[in-house]
Amino acid sequence: MAYSDKVIDHYERPRNVGVMDKEDTQVGTGMVGAPACGDVMRLQIKVGDDGVIEDAKFKTYGCGSAIASSSLLTEWVKGKTLDEASGIKNSQIAEELELPPVKIHCSVLAEDAIKAAITDYKSKNEDSAKSA
Amino acid sequence: MKTPIYFDYSATTPVDPRVAEKMCLCLTPDGVYGNPASRSHAFGWEAEKLVDEARSNIAALVNADPKEIIFTSGATESDNLAIKGAAHFYQKNGKHIITCKTEHKAVLDTCRHLEREGYEVTYLDPETNGLISLDKLTAAMRDDTVLVSIMHVNNEIGVIQDIAAIGELCRERKIIFHVDAAQSAGKVPIDMATLKVDLMSFSAHKIYGPKGMGALYVRRKPRIRLEAQMHGGGHERGMRSGTLATHQIVGMGEAFRLAKEEMAADNERVRMLRDRLLDGLKDIEEVYINGDMEQRVPHNLNISFNFVEGESLMMALKDLAVSSGSACTSSSLEPSYVLRAIGRNDELAHSSIRFSLGRFTTEEEIDFAIEEIRKNIDKLRELSPLWEMFKDGIDISAIEWAAH
Repeated sequence: MAYSDKVIDHYERPRNVGVMDKEDTQVGTGMVGAPACGDVMRLQIKVGDDGVIEDAKFKTYGCGSAIASSSLLTEWVKGKTLDEASGIKNSQIAEELELPPVKIHCSVLAEDAIKAAITDYKSKNEDSAKSA
Repeated sequence: MKTPIYFDYSATTPVDPRVAEKMCLCLTPDGVYGNPASRSHAFGWEAEKLVDEARSNIAALVNADPKEIIFTSGATESDNLAIKGAAHFYQKNGKHIITCKTEHKAVLDTCRHLEREGYEVTYLDPETNGLISLDKLTAAMRDDTVLVSIMHVNNEIGVIQDIAAIGELCRERKIIFHVDAAQSAGKVPIDMATLKVDLMSFSAHKIYGPKGMGALYVRRKPRIRLEAQMHGGGHERGMRSGTLATHQIVGMGEAFRLAKEEMAADNERVRMLRDRLLDGLKDIEEVYINGDMEQRVPHNLNISFNFVEGESLMMALKDLAVSSGSACTSSSLEPSYVLRAIGRNDELAHSSIRFSLGRFTTEEEIDFAIEEIRKNIDKLRELSPLWEMFKDGIDISAIEWAAH
């Protein structure tokens, strides 16, 4: 598989690898994919009081383009509002990384991951709003 | 030491320089370029002599009669000719064929084709070590079974099937037995005088000969007949028409001659290197060897590194030329059907790497590989959410994953 330099760069120097406390109400966690399919992506965001994503972390089990897609996404979402972040499309990721057609599903998975993280954050904070 | 290092000898091998030298003598105006079928002049006679020598060398490796060797374009063509040729010729005896789920696609797809022609095919499940149960094979045999096709050595996991025992079972029942020996010739001793094998496929490029060259062994006693798949000038006793490619045949002949001479020493050296590789990797947590370690060619090591995806590992191991059972390395996005057939779950199939060693592998290369693998397994596991969950004691198989 011939990858673009951008994929190789993210693969060799992945940005924002790590884990956040998923119990923290400021943190939203999205885990998508399945081991049987060869891809599992976990994306976490930390959201400030102003609704801006302060930090993002990921871990990915998957091929080079899956790792690169999630690494790139953590860079993109930092500093964005939740609405801005949820507007990121898989096609933008695929375009930036010049993914070959057979690897487009990796960028779809990354889009699913950020959406899942935002949903998780929102549901947590609805709950805490209700209980408060 | 030059990188990348070649650890994919089961995919193909370089032509041995001694083989290439002989091949080059059969091409140019000052070489033996005649058509071996030309009976009217010395150009043809000289070429025929070289072809005869090559045929004898190929037969000698497997203790067969040179008349039993039919030249083809490779093991794929040999498999096609053997299976379709025998099934068609003997269809009056029955239209049932038995093979195994871990066979090469050249066998499986040929059987699929025969199914479309109205044949019935039983695809045996191997045991978890990759070997076929003789009881299950016997149970699958029927009165209308006309052909059994079982490979000698598996290309992915390197396990050696007991073709001597399978041959006995077939011969007792007068069932034709075909063996794909593309991965075993030159690695495992083969004695056609004692084996009850009727048809055997060979490849040149798996044992330091040229690509695009193979042979089919067709037994004479008891005589096996085939319906030709390639029609034309009636070459190769009518079984495979087409002008004989002298240089390719000479290359295969020399490769087989060297294999006979050097097999014992090569095997010993390669086994030492393979064991060194295994020793360097086996204490890594969560590694699984795929396929039986005893009934196995020394050239092959197939390992799954759990919680690391195979394609990303191959990307990390850019200085090592290996192959993987990961879906991401195949165009179909399906993980290895061989590993699934031996009962490996999809995760372990995705995480598998095949190392295949050969004549030109060195100890220095093995040590370099071990270091590279250990370093990169650590790196990729740091990136893997599954590894983190495993370390936290979470049972990954108990999680309901959304398939995508």
